[in-house]
Amino acid sequence: MTDDKSFFTTRLDEALGWARKYSIFQYPFVTACCGMEYMATACSHYDVDRFGAGFPRFSPRQADVLFVVGTISHKMAPILRRIYDQMAEPKWVVAFGVCTCTGGFYDNYATVMGIDTIMPVDVYIPGCPPRPEMVLDGLMKLQDKIQEEHSGAGRPAPEKRPEVFEA
Amino acid sequence: MTALIERIAARFPDAIASSHSWRGDQTVVLHPANLLEVARFLRDEPDLAMNLLVDLSAVDYSAFGKGPQPAFFGSSGVKLGPSLLIPDESPWPGPPGKDRFAVVYHFYSTTLKHRLRLVVTVPEEAPEVDSLCPLWPGANWLERETWDMFGVAFKGHPDLRRILMYDEFEGHPLRKDYPVNKRQPLIGPVN
Repeated sequence: MTDDKSFFTTRLDEALGWARKYSIFQYPFVTACCGMEYMATACSHYDVDRFGAGFPRFSPRQADVLFVVGTISHKMAPILRRIYDQMAEPKWVVAFGVCTCTGGFYDNYATVMGIDTIMPVDVYIPGCPPRPEMVLDGLMKLQDKIQEEHSGAGRPAPEKRPEVFEA
Repeated sequence: MTALIERIAARFPDAIASSHSWRGDQTVVLHPANLLEVARFLRDEPDLAMNLLVDLSAVDYSAFGKGPQPAFFGSSGVKLGPSLLIPDESPWPGPPGKDRFAVVYHFYSTTLKHRLRLVVTVPEEAPEVDSLCPLWPGANWLERETWDMFGVAFKGHPDLRRILMYDEFEGHPLRKDYPVNKRQPLIGPVN
């Protein structure tokens, strides 16, 4: 009987992860040109709603995933950190575009060299800007991560790539 | 292409340090003391009618001509030179003066469709020029930006404080002696 209970608990965790990964309420923190690519991804042609992430919330208290889209300056960094702190757990952060990943081609007095210097980041999506396909790939990786967080396993399994045959 | 320059020279013979119309842009380098009266003349005179202050900025000439030219494709072997599309009738007149800074004003008349550039040189020891806010209200933010980036103060400005950088920021980042990647983060490491 106890075995059955513990079995049920792990199944519940998996169900929780499944529910969370398909109901991502995102907070788009859009500051720069990456926002155009974000909009292209969010609109019907690429349609993030297929992944359950089509419902942006403009209050951090209602959001699960913080999408940081575009260059972050030092003047804006405390505001971004405050928005992150206002989000309720569980929460995830996606760095969208090279400027948020590393600072990109900016190396000057104004730009934060990657938002991971001010907050933890779950998924990095490089590109200047990233193609919508890359954003969807990053979104699916985030879904894997959310799922695995609640199935007791460690890291998501490595990506399966199509085999290439030499002619 | 010197009609506007001649007009100013006729009215203020002592105000002009130099002038040119290189590549068709009429430019007058003024003595700083005469800036306000010349600007007022430009705005109010019916045959000048400069009702639009297009841009206001500054140049730091402290590193001009020193060291190698930072060519954009410097590491690629691509030679940079003057564009062949715009033939030069005359060589570039060079920096406006010996002072470190130059504050540059671009005026345009939307009724008469002509442009003029005013340049005022500013010494490093006393970086201050008269504010144009009383004449063109649009100068307010432009002068705040110039103060923020270059540290050139504007006498008579109603609210001269930083506009782009945060209040905790020290120094003026577009000055040539500001280290190119020196950062002053509000939170997080100095990266």
